[in-house]
Amino acid sequence: MYAIVKKEVLTDVTKLMVIEAPHVARSARAGQFVIVRIDEYGERIPLTIADYDRAAGTITIIFQELGKSTKQLGKLTPGDTLASFAGPLGHPTEIGNYGTVVCMGGGVGIAPIYPITRALKEAGNRVISIIGARTKNLLFWEDRMMSVSDSLIVCTDDGSHGRACLVTEPLKELLEDKNNRVAKVWAIGPASMMKFVTLTTKPHAVPTIVSLNTIMIDGTGMCGGCRVLLEEGARFVCVDGPEFDGHKVDWDSLLSRLSFYKDEEREAVEYYEHKCRIDGETMKGRK
Amino acid sequence: MAELKPADRMKIKRHPMPNQDEHVRRGNFDEVALGYAPETAREEAERCIQCKDPKCVQGCPVGVLIPQFIKALREGDMVQAVEWMKVKNNLPAICGRVCPQESQCEGNCILGKKGDPVAIGRLERYVGDFELAHRTCPLAKAPKTGKRIAVVGSGPAGLTCAVDLGREGHDVTIFESLHGPGGVLIYGIPEFRLPKGVVHNEVNYAVECLGIQIKTDHVIGRSYTLDELLAEYDAVFLGTGAGLPSFMRIPGINLNGVMSANEFLTRVNLMKAYQFPDYDTPVKLGRKVAVIGAGNVAMDAARCSLRLRALAAQKNAGEQGEVHIVYRRSKDEVPARHEEVEHAEEEGVIFDFLTSPIEILGDEKHHVRSLRCVRMELGEPDASGRRKPLERKGSEFDMDIDTVIMALGTNPNPIVFVDADGLERTKYGTAVAEHETGRTKKRRVWAGGDVVTGAATVISAMGAGKRAAADIHAFVKGESSWD
Ligand SMILES: Cc1cc2nc3c(=O)[nH]c(=O)nc-3n(C[C@H](O)[C@H](O)[C@H](O)COP(=O)(O)OP(=O)(O)OC[C@H]3O[C@@H](n4cnc5c(N)ncnc54)[C@H](O)[C@@H]3O)c2cc1C
Ligand SMILES: Cc1cc2nc3c(=O)[nH]c(=O)nc-3n(C[C@H](O)[C@H](O)[C@H](O)COP(=O)(O)OP(=O)(O)OC[C@H]3O[C@@H](n4cnc5c(N)ncnc54)[C@H](O)[C@@H]3O)c2cc1C
Ligand code: SF4
Ligand code: SF4
Ligand code: FES
Repeated sequence: MYAIVKKEVLTDVTKLMVIEAPHVARSARAGQFVIVRIDEYGERIPLTIADYDRAAGTITIIFQELGKSTKQLGKLTPGDTLASFAGPLGHPTEIGNYGTVVCMGGGVGIAPIYPITRALKEAGNRVISIIGARTKNLLFWEDRMMSVSDSLIVCTDDGSHGRACLVTEPLKELLEDKNNRVAKVWAIGPASMMKFVTLTTKPHAVPTIVSLNTIMIDGTGMCGGCRVLLEEGARFVCVDGPEFDGHKVDWDSLLSRLSFYKDEEREAVEYYEHKCRIDGETMKGRK
Repeated sequence: MAELKPADRMKIKRHPMPNQDEHVRRGNFDEVALGYAPETAREEAERCIQCKDPKCVQGCPVGVLIPQFIKALREGDMVQAVEWMKVKNNLPAICGRVCPQESQCEGNCILGKKGDPVAIGRLERYVGDFELAHRTCPLAKAPKTGKRIAVVGSGPAGLTCAVDLGREGHDVTIFESLHGPGGVLIYGIPEFRLPKGVVHNEVNYAVECLGIQIKTDHVIGRSYTLDELLAEYDAVFLGTGAGLPSFMRIPGINLNGVMSANEFLTRVNLMKAYQFPDYDTPVKLGRKVAVIGAGNVAMDAARCSLRLRALAAQKNAGEQGEVHIVYRRSKDEVPARHEEVEHAEEEGVIFDFLTSPIEILGDEKHHVRSLRCVRMELGEPDASGRRKPLERKGSEFDMDIDTVIMALGTNPNPIVFVDADGLERTKYGTAVAEHETGRTKKRRVWAGGDVVTGAATVISAMGAGKRAAADIHAFVKGESSWD
C-alpha cells in the first residue's frame, strides 16, 4: 500500500498528488512513468512522474479526471492509500544542449513538459514554451513554466486566456521566423495535439519528440497492448518509449487504438457513478 | 482390498476425470476438472504395478517418486503420500493440474504400452489438494543463517527457489513487477484450469511459514538494477520468465481487435475482466474470434473467449458467436496438452488446421473485418522433426473474423537485463545458465525457468528453481566456490 501524503487541486479536473513510494523515487527520472492501481478492483493506469523527491521517497503525479479510474483517484485524499504503484517505467528523457528548443504542453500535458523544460533550460538551451488548453479553467502552472522558459506563449481554444488559437499556430510562426533556428521540439498532450504538432514541424524538418499515451496494462512489455506503429515497425510504448520521434508515428492508427475501449469506458463511469449514488457520501469506494 | 496380482491390476480401467458439463461450463469460469473422489483415487492407484525400474519417473522432469506416493495413497496413508510427493515437488496441486502428463510421466508409464497409463497427474492433484486442505507437511525452517538472497520473479521457478532457500534458514526476498505473485500461474493460466485460490494458498503458506518477503510492484532493471541487488544480497536468482509476446509479421497487426494472447489473458485472469464492470478492466471481443496458434496459450485464449462470448450472450440475450483456432499444421502436431484440446473441442471451439493467416483486413474505422488465410500442406520433416508446413498455391481465402488473438510464443522480457553487465544471453534473448546449477556467466547470479529455456513448462521451471536453490545454498554456506 502506498500512502497519499499531499493533494492539490490544480483545476476543476486536474489534481496533483504526492505519493510515498521510495522504491520508485530512488531511481526516477524525468520522462518516466508509473503504473497505478487504486484498489483490488482497479485497473492499471499509466501516469507520468511529474516530480520526485529522493530524500523523502515520494513521487508527484498530476492527472486529469477523464474516466472511472481518474475520477475515483481524484476523490482520494491524504491518508488514503493506493494498492499498486509500480515503476519507474520507460526511458527517461534525453537532455542535451541543442540551441533553441520549443517545449509544448497541452492540457494535463503541461505537467510532464514542465520537468523536461526545466532540465533543458538547465542544460543551457534557449527555451521557448507554448502551453494551451481548451479554456482558461483547464490551464495551470503558467508561473512555473514561465520560470524555466526564456519566453512563454499561452493559448486557449476559446480565447478565455492568452491567445485564442491552437498551440500549433504560434509554433508555425516560430518555425517560419528565420531568426529563430529552432533545433528541436518537445510536445506532450492529447494525441491529436501531438499529431498536429508533428505535422507542423515536418515541413521544416525540425526533430520533434512526443510522449505517447497509449492504453497500457502491465507497463513492462508483457502484453503488447501499448504498441504503436512507427515507420520501422511496431514498438511497445512502455519499454521502447514513452518518447518517440513524432515524425515516424502512424497517428491515425494510434488515435483509433486509443478509442477502442470507448464504450466500456463510458459503461465504467456510469456504473461507478451509480454505485456512488447508492453509497452516498464517500464517493471513494465501490463495494 | 486384498493384494492384487499385476495382471488383475492391468485389467482395471483408467478412471475418467469427473468434469463440469460442457454446456454449463462454457458459461462460467469455474474449474472444469472436478477432481477424483477418495474411492476413485484409491481405485486408480490400484492400477499401478509398482515397477522395479519405474519408467514413469524418468519421464518426469523432477523425478517425482511416483510408485512410492501411489502406494501410500492406495494404502490410505495420505500423510505418507504427501511426504513422498514433497521430496521432489513442492506444488503437486498445481503440477497435477497443468503438467503435460501425456508427454512426461504418463507418456512413459509401462501400462501405456498396451492400454491406458496410470492417471498419475490426477492422483498427484488428489494428493496436492489433500495437502492444501489438511497441511500435514509443515514447512519447517532451519535456524537463521543471516544470508540474504534476492529472487526476481514470482512464477514457479522463483517461488520454488525461494521456498527451498527459505527452508534452509536464509533471508529471502522476492521482487515481482506485477501487483500479485504467481507469474503465469496467475496472469496466464485461467481460473477454470487452475483456480487462483490454489496458487494464493501455496504462496501465503510459504510466506507465513518461512518469512519470505514479497515485494510486488518492483520492476528489476528499473526500480533496482541487477547490480544494485548484488550490492545488497549474497545471491540473486532470476526467474523472470518469457513474457514478451511476438506478433506475426503480416499486414494489419495494429488494427483494433488484434491482440496478443498475453494481453487478452492478462485482462481476463489477472485483471478479472470477465467480472467487468465490478472490476475496472474491460476486455473487448467481437462476435467471431480467431486465435492463431495451438499451444496451451492458444487453448486458454480460445476457451476464455468462448466463455466471454457466452457471458455476453446471457447478459444481452445476444448470439454466442464463434471461436476458431487457426493452426498451420495438422491435429497430430498440436503442442497443447491433450486434455485441453479435448475440452476445447467439447466446449465448441472450431479448429481450422493447415491454415495460415497472411493478412488481417480492416474496415474504414481500423477495426478487424476479416482474416485472409492460405491452406497449407505438410512437407518433409524439418529440424524440429515435425513436418514442415508449405503453402498451397492459389488457396487464399478470407475468414469472417472480427477479433484476432495471437498466441505465437513469447521471448524473455528484456527489462531485467538493463544494466546487467556480464550476464550473457543467447541470440533468442534467453539468459545463458548451466543446467545443473543455474549459474549464469555473471558472478553470484543464477537463473532458471522460461528466462533460460524460453517458453516451456511449469514443472521444468520448478525443477530449475530447485536445482539453483541447492547450488545457491552450497555457495552461500561456503561449500562451493564460484570459479
Ligand atoms: C506513459 C503514459 C503517461 C501518462 N501520463 C499521464 C499523466 O501524467 N496525467 C494524466 O492525466 N494522464 C496520463 N496518461 C493518460 C492516463 O493514463 C489516462 O488518462 C487514464 O488511463 C484514463 O483512465 P480513466 O479510467 O480515468 O479513463 P478512461 O475511462 O480509460 O478514459 C476516459 C476517456 O479518456 C480517453 N483516454 C483513455 N486513455 C487515454 C490516454 N492514455 N490518453 C488520452 N486519453 C485517453 C478515452 O478515450 C476516454 O474518452 C498517461 C498515459 C501514458 C501511456
Ligand atoms: C497461457 C499459458 C498457459 C500455459 N499452460 C501451461 C500448462 O498447461 N502446463 C505447463 O506446464 N506450462 C504451461 N505454460 C507454461 C508455463 O506457465 C511457464 O513455462 C512457467 O510459468 C514458467 O515459469 P517461470 O517461473 O520461469 O516464469 P513465469 O511464470 O513467467 O514468471 C515470471 C515472473 O517474473 C516477473 N518478472 C518479469 N520480469 C521482471 C522484472 N524485471 N522484475 C521483477 N519481476 C519480473 C513476471 O511478472 C512473472 O511474475 C503456460 C503458459 C502460458 C502463458
Ligand atoms: S510433476 Fe508433472 S510430470 Fe512429474 S509426476 Fe507430477 S504430473 Fe507427472
Ligand atoms: S510406470 Fe506406471 S505402472 Fe510402473 S510404477 Fe510408474 S505409474 Fe506405476
Ligand atoms: S503495456 Fe503491456 S506491453 Fe506495454
